[in-house]
Amino acid sequence: MNSSTIKSGVVGLTTGLLFGIGLTIAQMTNPKKVLDFLDITGSWDASLVLVMGGALMVSALGYFVKNKMSQPVCADAFTVPNNQFLDKPLIIGSATFGIGWGLAGLCPGPAIASLSYASVDLVVFVVAMLAGMLVAKVLKKA
Amino acid sequence: MENFTPVSALIGGGLIGFAALLLLLLLGRIAGISGIVSQLFSKQANWFSQNIWRVLFVIGLVLGPIVAVNLFDVLAPQAPTGNSVTLIIAGLLVGFGAVYGSGCTSGHGVCGISRLSKRSIVATCVFMATAMLTVWLTR
Repeated sequence: MNSSTIKSGVVGLTTGLLFGIGLTIAQMTNPKKVLDFLDITGSWDASLVLVMGGALMVSALGYFVKNKMSQPVCADAFTVPNNQFLDKPLIIGSATFGIGWGLAGLCPGPAIASLSYASVDLVVFVVAMLAGMLVAKVLKKA
Repeated sequence: MENFTPVSALIGGGLIGFAALLLLLLLGRIAGISGIVSQLFSKQANWFSQNIWRVLFVIGLVLGPIVAVNLFDVLAPQAPTGNSVTLIIAGLLVGFGAVYGSGCTSGHGVCGISRLSKRSIVATCVFMATAMLTVWLTR
């Protein structure tokens, strides 16, 4: 294992940990709160607007700094998509994802993070989610 | 709006954004969870050296709530509600849709919008709309 592999592992663990702590503090790991945010005509809880707003502001700062760098600190190149084409898979996939999100109140990040306090119901959801991901991967390659 | 929690929302959101910022500036990568997880299913040469950061990101992601709950006075992750059939359908739709649509709340909603990607802005509007519609129809 060379030093760049080790560095990438340290960065992965650190950023994953921060992401998971952030999701928990923001209560994205509480499906009821997420559903309350999506329930605009009912008991609307606007908190998630601020979760997204807070995340966007800091992340946007990252892209601002990135544009002044020739390469990342611990890697050879930036791997950022620059596709601007609005295609069918983007729309169909996003629409499908939204329906599932609205049914359970869980998206991929919080679902995986919640495995730390897993219930049978959560594991059922995560296994189905991973299966769905595999199907999409196979279909996209075909 | 009696459950509105603006302070924890901003702090939590800021941390999520900070994780995305670090991953971008240090490894040049997007903090999109569905992308990170689904990439682990790929058969490729040098799988270990290419994916070690993803494996450790996922491990960190799972450890995050344990750290948060023990260090701060925050609510532990809550179980989803609904019967098993609904949860299986929801899981399949979330997993399939996120990968087929090239991203989820993190990849499109945070990383994509913050670099003003047209695809991500459209994707986020679409999944927000179908999610809100689904809640409106089922609640």
